[in-house]
Amino acid sequence: MSGVMKRMGMIFRAKANKALDRAEDPRETLDYSYQKQLELLQKVRRGVADVATSRKRLELQLNQLQKQSSTLEDQGRKALALGREDLAREALSRRAALQQQVSDLETQHQTLQGEEEKLTLAAQRLQAKVDAFRTRKETIKATYTAAEAQTRIGEAFSGISEEMGDVGMAIQRAEDKTAQLQARAGAIDELLASGALDDSSGLAKDDIQSELDRLSGGTDVELELQRMKAELAGGSSTSKPAIEGGQGQSQAQSKDVTRFDKQ
Amino acid sequence: MIVRIMGEGQVKLADSHFTELNKLDDELLEEMEGGDEPGFRRTLHALLDKVRELGDPLPDDALEPSELILPAPDATLAEVRAMLSDDGLIPG
Repeated sequence: MSGVMKRMGMIFRAKANKALDRAEDPRETLDYSYQKQLELLQKVRRGVADVATSRKRLELQLNQLQKQSSTLEDQGRKALALGREDLAREALSRRAALQQQVSDLETQHQTLQGEEEKLTLAAQRLQAKVDAFRTRKETIKATYTAAEAQTRIGEAFSGISEEMGDVGMAIQRAEDKTAQLQARAGAIDELLASGALDDSSGLAKDDIQSELDRLSGGTDVELELQRMKAELAGGSSTSKPAIEGGQGQSQAQSKDVTRFDKQ
Repeated sequence: MIVRIMGEGQVKLADSHFTELNKLDDELLEEMEGGDEPGFRRTLHALLDKVRELGDPLPDDALEPSELILPAPDATLAEVRAMLSDDGLIPG
């Protein structure tokens, strides 16, 4: 069959299952179902209790009627002893009416008793079923939880392996990047050395400047040496008069220095 | 087998009636696919009447899953076609 009926039925079922799968935690459903069963059991028990109460009430009524009946019997007997047959007749006729009520109540009582026994039995059976369901429910829940945990573990494992893959990729990327940077640094050094790239740090100098620096540095050193030598040579002749405090000598010395400076 | 008429309720049908109903159902599908709106309407009504005539209605509070589902009597060809499309009856 491939008609409209069948196809609509299939779609309906597939969709309903999908909706249920999405929405239902089977453990919650089981608990809910158990709750409903307990409520039902409670109702049955309440029913049993109601029937038992009605039975008791009937029993009380029956006792009362029976007492009244025996009272009327006594009254009839006494009336007869006193020669009041009319009174005795009245008492007995009332008693007969009461007896009719008693027998009606007895029938009701029997029916109720039967009902009560049936309900008690039903309640016991239901209790057993509910207990069995509870055990089964707990087993199913435990199995479901275990299955769920297993799935989670499986997922975690696959997650870990994926993550490990990611870490491997990251290391690979870092290595690639390092190699790339090293290659680039090498290239830049070469380019800087060849003068193809300017060093913006200002630390590196071109070879002409270096040579000039070297030459001027060397000149300075030579000049410094000569000055020190001159100081040492001149110092030995001027040191004594300076200590002795000769004014003219110190003037002559300053003239020397001036002359030296001019040279 | 239990058949639901959308918007109406469920009926229980003896399996022996299905040969007869299938003819109408296949006809309905052909008309739907061919875009024959008057034919589709006529056949749908005939099919629904037959189901109502042969089936015993289920009480409204019965919780029986339907094995077959029929569109509502006032459903249009386009509506039924949409229901049978990939997205189905309940979107998502």
